[in-house]
Amino acid sequence: MKKSNEPFWWALFAGGGMLSAFFLPVLILLTGLAMPLGWVEPPSYEAALSLLKHPLTRLFLLLLISLSMFHWAHRFRFTLYDGLQLKHLHTLIAVLCYGTAIAVSVVTVWVLWRV
Amino acid sequence: MAETIALEVFRYRPEQEEEPTFQTYEVPLQKDWVVLDALNYIKDTLDGSLTFRWSCRMGVCGSCGMMVNGDPVLTCAAFLETYRPGPIRVEPLANFPVVRDLVIEMGGFISKLKRAKPWIIREEEKPLSEGEYVQSPEQLADFKQYSMCINCMLCYSACPVFGLEQDFSGPAVLALAQRYNLDSRDQGATERMNELSQDEGIWPCTLVGECSEVCPKQVDPAGAIQRYKLSSTQDWWKSLLMPWGAKSKVGDQG
Amino acid sequence: MADNPHYTKYHPKWYRHKVPIFWWVHKWTSIKFITREITSVFVAFYAVVLLFHVSAVAQGPEAYDSFLSCMKSPVSIGAHLLALLFASFHSYTWFSLAPKGLVVKMRGERVSGPVIAGAHYVAWLIVSIVVAWIVLSA
Repeated sequence: MKKSNEPFWWALFAGGGMLSAFFLPVLILLTGLAMPLGWVEPPSYEAALSLLKHPLTRLFLLLLISLSMFHWAHRFRFTLYDGLQLKHLHTLIAVLCYGTAIAVSVVTVWVLWRV
Repeated sequence: MAETIALEVFRYRPEQEEEPTFQTYEVPLQKDWVVLDALNYIKDTLDGSLTFRWSCRMGVCGSCGMMVNGDPVLTCAAFLETYRPGPIRVEPLANFPVVRDLVIEMGGFISKLKRAKPWIIREEEKPLSEGEYVQSPEQLADFKQYSMCINCMLCYSACPVFGLEQDFSGPAVLALAQRYNLDSRDQGATERMNELSQDEGIWPCTLVGECSEVCPKQVDPAGAIQRYKLSSTQDWWKSLLMPWGAKSKVGDQG
Repeated sequence: MADNPHYTKYHPKWYRHKVPIFWWVHKWTSIKFITREITSVFVAFYAVVLLFHVSAVAQGPEAYDSFLSCMKSPVSIGAHLLALLFASFHSYTWFSLAPKGLVVKMRGERVSGPVIAGAHYVAWLIVSIVVAWIVLSA
């Protein structure tokens, strides 16, 4: 009776789902639409930098970006299984999905570290 | 001339055909008739060869589940009036092999029920002299919903994951497991977890949610599975971070 | 009687309907389900954009300005509009499903689904206001 390791990935999926559900709409609205379209002023470079340097901001961004990627990885994996019936490629799909999420997370750590 | 409605019924007679066909029958459109009444009318007066399962005709036995216009329903609860003017397409329950006409093979489902270990598991049985297990109404309410399952298998027809993966334990089995996990008299949650926290257990479920939508008894198997995912994840992390504390109660005997 | 009579087991030939690859286009509920799953692609899209945003700030004022002007392009605006729609649908479906797993009991009774979902929406509103305030008053 092999115990599944799905709980690990599912926990990341659930955390990412929560964070992205709460934080993404407002961030997309602000940075993707409101600021580029001139409805509000984007922060000046100095303001943006000082906001980013704060350790809490960096921790928050790391969690948001990384867990959002793991949320996508887990959900997309199952979408490929059930939506396109590709479960026979399960190892390749798992490696590509979680591998991408891990890679992006590593890059995020590196970028935030060097701010 | 009394009003009638057409039923397009799935026919499959393996001894005489390779592929299924559809046969159309005109049945009286009576106000108080359900699809099951129409099927019995067909069998009694029009075509005695039509084969289908039914029993209580009042929604408690779970025998008469079929696809009506593409939706899994209990035919004893589907009124003909709802489908006016018709025609009404009646097919066997989806995602199961068809034995004949509207009869599906359910042996696979029956044997899967055992995976849930659907009985009270105790570390030690209380001797009779100590009296009964006492359970408060609140404790009963914790699991009562999941005990209402009539094994009608509509949820399996509605579940696209089960349609693709016949090994998936499925909504009814997992709701049944939760019925015992959440019963205050039961101590077998770990033993069931070991069986069901596998790749054919809870994890193929992607919370499509159709199972709970079609359930005629409001069992909410989707909710049962979702709670199971949460408790399974907590269990997994606890056994990882605190292996000493994970000495299972009854699981070692599993 | 023969010594060892045995019967040829009659096994009826079962009919199995094969599930088509695009099973999910035939029913409205399935389309809604797949759309819900596809929202994850847009979640990943914005996570990566956010990473580029942070990286631009980290690299200096020129990189930051260049990033901001990239965001003004019609392609970017269009993509973000789409992302906002899908991300909002993700939030909506996530909060609607939260009550399924979150069983909260108050005074012995289970808190109803709509109340739990409602609490999520309230939290969403508060969080959004706080984040907007932090970003805009920087």
